[in-house]
Amino acid sequence: MIEAIPDLVHHYNHWVSIFLMVCGLYIVVARGNMVKKLVGLTVFQTAVFLLYISAGKILGGTPPIIAEGYEHYANPLPHVLILTAIVVGVATLAVGLGLVVRINEAFGTIEEEEIFERGEQE
Amino acid sequence: MRLDVILRVIAKLLLPFTVVFGFYVHFHAETSPGGGFQAGVVIGAGVILYAIIFGLDEAIKIVPVRVVELLVSVGTLIFLGVGIVGWLLGGNYLDYYALPIADPIISQEVGIHLVEIGVLMAVTGAVIAIFYAFAGRGRSR
Amino acid sequence: MVLLTLLAVVAIGIVRLRNLFAVVILGAVYSFLIATVFLVLDAPDVAMTEAAVGAGIATVMMLAVLHLTKTDESRPRQPQIFPLFVSAVTGAALIYGTLDLPPFGEADTPVHTHVGPYYLSQSIPDTGVPNVVASVLASYRGWDTLGEVVVIFTAAIGVLLLLRRAQRPTRQATRSRRDAP
Repeated sequence: MIEAIPDLVHHYNHWVSIFLMVCGLYIVVARGNMVKKLVGLTVFQTAVFLLYISAGKILGGTPPIIAEGYEHYANPLPHVLILTAIVVGVATLAVGLGLVVRINEAFGTIEEEEIFERGEQE
Repeated sequence: MRLDVILRVIAKLLLPFTVVFGFYVHFHAETSPGGGFQAGVVIGAGVILYAIIFGLDEAIKIVPVRVVELLVSVGTLIFLGVGIVGWLLGGNYLDYYALPIADPIISQEVGIHLVEIGVLMAVTGAVIAIFYAFAGRGRSR
Repeated sequence: MVLLTLLAVVAIGIVRLRNLFAVVILGAVYSFLIATVFLVLDAPDVAMTEAAVGAGIATVMMLAVLHLTKTDESRPRQPQIFPLFVSAVTGAALIYGTLDLPPFGEADTPVHTHVGPYYLSQSIPDTGVPNVVASVLASYRGWDTLGEVVVIFTAAIGVLLLLRRAQRPTRQATRSRRDAP
């Protein structure tokens, strides 16, 4: 137990990020409602963002804006990648929601199982 | 909705500040956090706020659909165009040093600003266009 | 750490709730929380984007869609052992993987010894821009940003194609029902 404490401190960010990722995965796999699935996808995405940003942090550092009197800056590369990923994520989310609206208009439901049933009847 | 005086007054008060803050975030991006993406989303959010409070028709009067679609495509074209200009002037694609400016550092800054303006226009347009699409769908049914 | 724990709690709430309105609002709370976490982790640009995009635009879009569809999730019909099993196995494998990761926040890990220091030291001489995120975004990695703008462009076109057409929804509905397998 004593040996596990440094592990807990060092990997707490990673573990929370993995927990969020598993939550997102569970929602996507288990739930049939499509809006809920998209929320789960967002949670999954955000978990990945958290993982990247944690990797870029240096303890005792500052944000990567060059100024006098600071030596350690956080790594800017993950920030840039995640910046683009967030905006791309919301763009894909918009397309997904558009598809959900069209599915709802065509089938009158956004539950996966009801759509499958209707498909089998025809 | 028609009786919400507080909402309407506050929305009217907030809108100019939102848009100005968006431009501040955009043009101050060199020395503080911010940039084209954030600014585009903030400005788009201002327009969306207006559309939610005053109705879609009022918002379309101010920011017509055609303007929004032009913003998306012109923003993307500016980004592509900056790259192609650098290419034609003898550099690599998106090489700002090839821009016809003597001081290389200033040419970099000009390139970054042009590209960020493209990003700003594309993101603002996309956000507003997507919102218009969803809101218009709700009205037609 | 407190923030991260709070984040995990909100995620559990998102998993368990069935009212989709509550889920969407919790999603906004979640976005603001994670934006705060990003701020603490020295990433103000990312925090700003996440607060504006995740909590603002995504929530508005979700609410618009809920207005068009229904707001309650139906109960699942079969027991959900299998998804739980899949998630648990994935989580266990990933946690096993983290044990080999370098500890959090140290300056000499592989992440910080590759191109990051180059950007940090060359940004002022090369471009004169003190905000390294902006210079990397627009200059060093212009290609990435270009691709990303094109993705936004495509997404906007996609949404417009999906939602702008079909002013007569009934006819459209019958047609798509006939096309469906």
